Amino acid sequence: MPVINVEELTDLDKAKMEVTQLKTEVKLERAKVSKCCEEISEYIQSGADEDPLVKGIPEEKNPFKEKGGCVIC
Amino acid sequence: MLMVEMCHVTFASTSEHHQLCRLEYRSRLIIKSTFIDISVIRLCFVKMACQGLAKGETIHTLKAESETLKGKLEEERAKLHDVELHQVAEKIEALGQFVMKTRRTLKGHGNKVLCMDWCRDKRRIVSSSQDGKVIVWDAYTTNKEHAVTMPCTWVMACAYAPSGCAVACGGLDNKCSVYPLSLDKNENLAAKKKSVAMHTNYLSSCSFTNSDMQILTSSGDGTCALWDVESGQLLQSFHGHSADVLSLNLAPSETGNTFVSGGCDKKANVWDMRSGQNVQSFETHESDINSVKYYPSGDAFATGSDDATCRLYDLRADREVAIYSKESIIFGASSVDFSLSGRLLFAGYNDYTINVWDVLKGTRVAILFGHENRVSTVRVSPDGTAFCSGSWDNTLRIWA
Repeated sequence: MPVINVEELTDLDKAKMEVTQLKTEVKLERAKVSKCCEEISEYIQSGADEDPLVKGIPEEKNPFKEKGGCVIC
Repeated sequence: MLMVEMCHVTFASTSEHHQLCRLEYRSRLIIKSTFIDISVIRLCFVKMACQGLAKGETIHTLKAESETLKGKLEEERAKLHDVELHQVAEKIEALGQFVMKTRRTLKGHGNKVLCMDWCRDKRRIVSSSQDGKVIVWDAYTTNKEHAVTMPCTWVMACAYAPSGCAVACGGLDNKCSVYPLSLDKNENLAAKKKSVAMHTNYLSSCSFTNSDMQILTSSGDGTCALWDVESGQLLQSFHGHSADVLSLNLAPSETGNTFVSGGCDKKANVWDMRSGQNVQSFETHESDINSVKYYPSGDAFATGSDDATCRLYDLRADREVAIYSKESIIFGASSVDFSLSGRLLFAGYNDYTINVWDVLKGTRVAILFGHENRVSTVRVSPDGTAFCSGSWDNTLRIWA
């Protein structure tokens, strides 16, 4: 597989790569932003209850709770 | 047929109509036939120049075409831009007060911490530093379990293998090496080192795929590459960035074989791992993109950049849908990660702070102080109970 070092590419090569890439991208199928945002929103809502950093966890259950008190080895 | 030579290009003339090109051209005319029609000759020069024969294509034509295509792309994207994410989020309850503090401080590196990764067991961490050391820690106890000294300084990338039995790292040595972790603490890990990836410039980021068998790397040489760990063979390479690639992130396994990369060319590119194709590209940041991270569902990703903003891009809408910034934040964001549900975005900045953003509403919900130098890396633990930050102050902190 060819390995390209970006420093070795001429400006012309880079320009060609960019044009080819843009031509592919213009043809992509896109969805409406409102629909996508609704989906992101729903995804987050459904998972928020199980998200410890959002809901918080009680100190006893927190594996990273402060160390302290007696330790019996 | 009239043969006309323009500079070093020879072509046949026709009498078709065509548009006048804005290009300048030289007209050293050598007429090789007895019949001369000046108007036809002039038109031909222009036509041939416009068609852009391989030799005639110049930077100018390509750049002009590029601009036209970019304009078209923006148009297409704008057609579907009917709302902002925070507007959709207005009806959602705001988050409560956040109390997050440092629960553990991991000290031991002799110089700046550049990268870290969690083990899937949710308690072990691997970190790498400018001092050339790679350390594996037990985050619950803060004990160091393993330490490796790399033959180079600035170990910018490190990653834990899915099995938990190995770590990968690399940096200024332009390589990515895998070290199997031994249960025997006395064993010299460096002896079992396997060199996997070879780039022509520094290694900026590395990640195992879903198994210990393959590694994805990104480099200052502008490429990303997929390697077989066992044989060191290059399986696929990814070209498209026009400058250093600084970060990469694999899509969550449910969404298939893609990954996103971000670089100094201000672009974030999404790639198909099998074909090597760049499937989508986003260029709205105003400076280097230091960090890219997929949103938990795989339908979007976030970026952190030197332009002091973090942004969210939706892959199906094919555009940026949110920007996380404040006038008071003027230092670059070096690293970003999502909480388990995707509601929170943690971002480490060069002003020594970590900002916590409400992904939906676009507002900042907390600012965490503690580090005494730039925050270089931020990662949420696999079960979402805590996150770890690494800094140029030589320490790592666990926050919960």
